[in-house]
Amino acid sequence: MTSEPQAWSPIFGRLSLESLPLHEPIVVATFCAVVLGGIGLVGALTYFRLWGYLWKEWFTTVDHKKIGIMYMILGLIMFVRGFADAIMMRLQQVMAFNGSEGYLNAHHYDQVFTAHGVIMIFFVAMPFVTGLMNYIVPLQIGARDVSFPFLNNFSFWMTTSGAVLVMVSLFIGEFAQTGWLAYPPLSGLTHSPGVGVDYYIWALQIAGVGTTLSGINLIVTIVKMRAPGMTMMKMPVFTWTSLCTNVLIVASFPVLTAVLALLSLDRYVGTNFFTNDFGGSPMMYVNLIWIWGHPEVYILILPLFGVFSEITSTFSGKRLFGYTSMVYATVCITVLSYLVWLHHFFTMGSGASVNSFFGITTMIISIPTGAKLFNWLFTMYRGRIRYELPMMWTVAFMLTFVVGGMTGVMLAVPPADFVLHNSLFLIAHFHNVIIGGVVFGVFAAINYWWPKAFGYKLNVFWGKVSFWFWVVGFWFAFMPLYVLGFMGVTRRMRVFDDPSLQILFGIAAFGAVLIACGIAAMFVQFGVSIMNRDKLRDETGDPWNGRTLEWATSSPPPDYNFAFTPVVHGLDAWEEMKRRDVPRPTSGFRAIHMPSSTWAGIVIAGIATVCGFALIWHIWWLAALSFLGVIGTSIVHTFNYKRDFHIPVEEVVATEAERTRQLEAAGGAA
Amino acid sequence: MSQTMTTGQQNLSLTARYFDLNEHDHPEGGSTMLGFWIYLMSDCLIFAMLFAAYGVLGANYATGPSPKVLFDLDLVALNTAMLLFSSITYGFAMLAMEKNKIGATQMWLAITGLFGAAFLAIELYEFSHLLHIGATPQRSAFLSAFFTLVGTHGLHVTFGIIWLVTLMVQVSRKGLIAANKRRLMCLSLFWHFLDVIWIGVFTVVYLMGMLR
Repeated sequence: MTSEPQAWSPIFGRLSLESLPLHEPIVVATFCAVVLGGIGLVGALTYFRLWGYLWKEWFTTVDHKKIGIMYMILGLIMFVRGFADAIMMRLQQVMAFNGSEGYLNAHHYDQVFTAHGVIMIFFVAMPFVTGLMNYIVPLQIGARDVSFPFLNNFSFWMTTSGAVLVMVSLFIGEFAQTGWLAYPPLSGLTHSPGVGVDYYIWALQIAGVGTTLSGINLIVTIVKMRAPGMTMMKMPVFTWTSLCTNVLIVASFPVLTAVLALLSLDRYVGTNFFTNDFGGSPMMYVNLIWIWGHPEVYILILPLFGVFSEITSTFSGKRLFGYTSMVYATVCITVLSYLVWLHHFFTMGSGASVNSFFGITTMIISIPTGAKLFNWLFTMYRGRIRYELPMMWTVAFMLTFVVGGMTGVMLAVPPADFVLHNSLFLIAHFHNVIIGGVVFGVFAAINYWWPKAFGYKLNVFWGKVSFWFWVVGFWFAFMPLYVLGFMGVTRRMRVFDDPSLQILFGIAAFGAVLIACGIAAMFVQFGVSIMNRDKLRDETGDPWNGRTLEWATSSPPPDYNFAFTPVVHGLDAWEEMKRRDVPRPTSGFRAIHMPSSTWAGIVIAGIATVCGFALIWHIWWLAALSFLGVIGTSIVHTFNYKRDFHIPVEEVVATEAERTRQLEAAGGAA
Repeated sequence: MSQTMTTGQQNLSLTARYFDLNEHDHPEGGSTMLGFWIYLMSDCLIFAMLFAAYGVLGANYATGPSPKVLFDLDLVALNTAMLLFSSITYGFAMLAMEKNKIGATQMWLAITGLFGAAFLAIELYEFSHLLHIGATPQRSAFLSAFFTLVGTHGLHVTFGIIWLVTLMVQVSRKGLIAANKRRLMCLSLFWHFLDVIWIGVFTVVYLMGMLR
């Protein structure tokens, strides 16, 4: 574990028995639990002979729907880890008063807050968002898959590889103790000589490859694979926000890649980009990483704006108010998100004019965002609103997000920021928008599209339990932080001197416990729904009376999504087809051309994980070998020219006949 | 009876209006060029960041050597010529590919690879010379930024050559089939892209460095 420089051996690099954190009882207990759980899982999979099934149907699949589901599962697993970090911090901060040191030492606590941030952004929010886009976008545009199905599978496994490295850091060595953006000089070799920052760098670099490729993939999919007739201004809003998100991904993640590469050169080669001496400039790191970092927050929220648009329109039974303005607002936000990065460090001292410019651009962003909010409200106005679970999350989002947005505008005022910078006020603000926007949005989306993905609705009772615990818990957990921030409490503190603050940390900890109940209720909701799936079954494929094309096919959709590609004539294409009573074609099927599964994605990403591990521990021979392995395996993969097959017409006919039977049973129009 | 017929026909035409009933397989690789373009733009951004780092740190010599002392413009001019020639010869390879001449394509690809290797050899010679006189990447922020920018370009050329050799093997095995032509087109974009980046490096790093 230690942060001191370690001995190096040619075979194991910096790795030795000392690397195992055996003196940290919390970590050892977690490790034992994980090992037992892991053995149980592997045993169960072996006992039920599921390895072959998983490999053939899931790990090697190029089906965008299965990959989307795998992204969501990855996000859920990492969410539990990230939340465990959160509740540990809440517990530490409420305990460490009146001379108590709490229960976490500084070395451990610093890793916990760093891991919490990194995991929640990169391995929870990003997989959730990418998973949703992966699943929904091709269905909404009437496509059979994405443009580059192999790359899609590869992207998923690279993201997973990054997550694996972060998890490994818990038990072998340490994670960074630098905060989630690893500012130098703290993250430089002088102040962080251990492996923590190296885990951080390589986890993000490997996952970043996946994210960039998946961004390219989805842009091309949306540009090239829309159904005939679906012009840009007839695309569903979720597809529009996905397009803008992926443009942001492709235009910002390379910046992260570059800046992390420079940091790793400083650490591995001894260059002087961000050092304090020999002409280096730590502030350049801060600038560069926020040129990625600010677009990143819009990468997270924009798709959820799309989700809320779809849900508001569906559950109000009306077309979306102001579709065009919604599209323009999204594009405005996309462009503006590149012009505000400096508001993250007004205190750097760039001078009044620079700070004014970035303060004003930041405030301007609230205009298109406000326009969106009014559009949702006007969509609900005089609508026939159904308060199903997705709509409940949407309303909770509107109420919560507005508060977070307004405190954001407060922070955008440079003089105010000089007071609030790095305080718990900031922490409250961004949790207010990320939980109120991204997390609530993801839960709305899960409740909305679960029936599409699995063919049955989620249990409403447990959904409501989860909803109320979450929403109430959120307000309890974060409102005290606003107050504490105003009182000058800075972030990332481990112990406190002023006993009068304890009550506020107590309230925040209580909120975190409520949120824990909300998370538990959500897993109960999943479990109860899976057990009662026959009762919750939806045969129509359109349980919410939806408006966009994903509801035009069966639930779950067949591998090929649509037997015949729909032709689009207007916005809300499926609503129009239902209104005009368009009969579903029941004959004349053809064989359907589809991409084949491939081993390459998981294998290359697996070797990349080994390479990352070797680089972290300075095991140079293994790093070189596995790097050559990545290149070699990729080249071998390019010698495979046969990457597609046809689903035979008999299979299509049988699948569609089953669909006809389902629809008749459900009493729908056949 | 005739009533039903009309409704049936109406329904059929309605179905045909809302479903593509005569769909054919989509041509394979129809999106590859767009995807590769977008990839190149993302790569371009990485270079933009390295240029930015060089722009900010390029004058921070930390009492170490400055560009005027270090750079040998004659050598760099030769180097630039190698890379530009390799772009021309790649163009000839693409012309031969259009005419489906496998032999000529392979020959021009090989010549391109040799020019690329010559470029790399000269660059490595320059680097080793700099390291030898103590102008190492660790010496100053200027040298860190210089080695990283020029080195990243060189690394790209290296991968380009590996890719080129792979494609030559694939062309010799499968001939100039559509998939291979598409791959050669992608490498062509990549190769010319590296040329454009090098023009930037030559101007910003070497020429402007001599003026400092």
